[in-house]
Amino acid sequence: MGNDVSQAPPRSAVHHLLGHPIDLAGHVDAHGPLVVALGHHDQWQQALTASLESSGLTGRGGGGFSSAAKLAMASAHGHGGTLVVNAMEGEPASDKDKVLLSRAPHLVLDGAQFLAAMCRARRIMVCVPVGRDGIAAAVEHAITERSAARYARVSELVVRPPDRFVAGEESALVSWIAAQRALPVFRPDKGTPLRRGKRPVLLHNAETLAHIALIARHGPERFLARGLVEEPGTSLVTLSGAVAQPGVVEVDRGTPLWEIVRRGTPVQPAQALLVGGYGGNWVGPEHFDTPYASISLRTIGASAGVGVIAVLGERSCGVAETAHIARYLAGQSSGQCGPCVFGLPAIADDLALLARGQADRGLMARLARRLDEVNGRGACRHPDGAVSLVRSALAVFAPDVAAHDRGEPCAHWRKPSSLPFPRPMAR
Amino acid sequence: MTAVRISIDPVACEAYGYCAELLPEAIVLDEWGYPIVDGAPLPADLVALARRAVRDCPKRAITLTKKSAH
Repeated sequence: MGNDVSQAPPRSAVHHLLGHPIDLAGHVDAHGPLVVALGHHDQWQQALTASLESSGLTGRGGGGFSSAAKLAMASAHGHGGTLVVNAMEGEPASDKDKVLLSRAPHLVLDGAQFLAAMCRARRIMVCVPVGRDGIAAAVEHAITERSAARYARVSELVVRPPDRFVAGEESALVSWIAAQRALPVFRPDKGTPLRRGKRPVLLHNAETLAHIALIARHGPERFLARGLVEEPGTSLVTLSGAVAQPGVVEVDRGTPLWEIVRRGTPVQPAQALLVGGYGGNWVGPEHFDTPYASISLRTIGASAGVGVIAVLGERSCGVAETAHIARYLAGQSSGQCGPCVFGLPAIADDLALLARGQADRGLMARLARRLDEVNGRGACRHPDGAVSLVRSALAVFAPDVAAHDRGEPCAHWRKPSSLPFPRPMAR
Repeated sequence: MTAVRISIDPVACEAYGYCAELLPEAIVLDEWGYPIVDGAPLPADLVALARRAVRDCPKRAITLTKKSAH
């Protein structure tokens, strides 16, 4: 950073994802030309591998897997494949990838170029769901700018899979790319590389790629300067629920949950936070000071998931909200696996009865058994996410659950949900 | 010593339930008729029946995996 103390350091000297130039000229001004070595350039590859390793970057699409480890595996799966930018973001409470792609498309695409070169992939596909035309147009405009300037080496293309919750699951997305079937595939061994024909397909979340672009261009130091020592960097978080200013914020890893929520200006005291998304976990007030980092969230049974924090105000019913989400998740099953097809609606029915104060005597035991039986029995982890959400609700809202179970539903259960849901789509 | 485990392909399975009839010791059905397996090694005296369950499944949804025990 500069020696000139009269000026604040240029903003670009600090690792951040939001606030970069949108157009290519501004992007090149800020970051310089894209320097990528194609083919066998061991020195360049080793340097980038070392940067990614020392950054400790983890995937921001929900899995939280080490980006360096993922790259090492991908490089062993053969060349000539496809690098997929996963911008499906099927989670209704998440907007971070949409915001990132419309505000910094060149950063995401640069990250894809670096990884494509590392794995010797032949093409880059940006997956933006049908219906999100504004995002697709922003990326297509960026790609047009890049090809006009002969800026990038590997071809870039936007493709439009269907807009379904599970369509962004990696095996479903590869299945759509290969055969236009956006359905998760049963893989006994999840370590099996995904392929299109004989060539590997590598998927990375849009936010992860933007971090990779900055680390590859500027080295790991700026990334390491933010967040925790044990878990560096920043994260995009989508805030929603009982806040005056919902939307996407960028936070240092390790920022206490409550401090993140304050940035959205809460409109009433919070009784719980939904962390990680609709397949995530409710977190009660006793844990609001938990640092937003995987290593800390794990200790309270939660995870950063897809970067969602939804605030449940005190004038809402956690049981009813969970029933709404469970119903939504049941409707988003891809319809392939019996335990998900039948189990999620049954769980949603139990929660709806509970929310209305109409629980029969056996409901709580039945619900607990159904949660145990459905967990882990799908081809993808969609049912597991629903189970995790409902289990956390039963724990965090335990006094309310007990009252509803006694036939004393709270005064708030009739209210419409305060959480974001997509409008039902015409089919 | 290799341990044999039962694995069900949940996409292929259509709840015929023959497997649970053949192997009630290792496979139970959920309330919708879909098999639940615990992933534990199969006792040696059940392996022959498990092979038959694999053959008899109309949807070919069952596989036996062998992993050497450490």
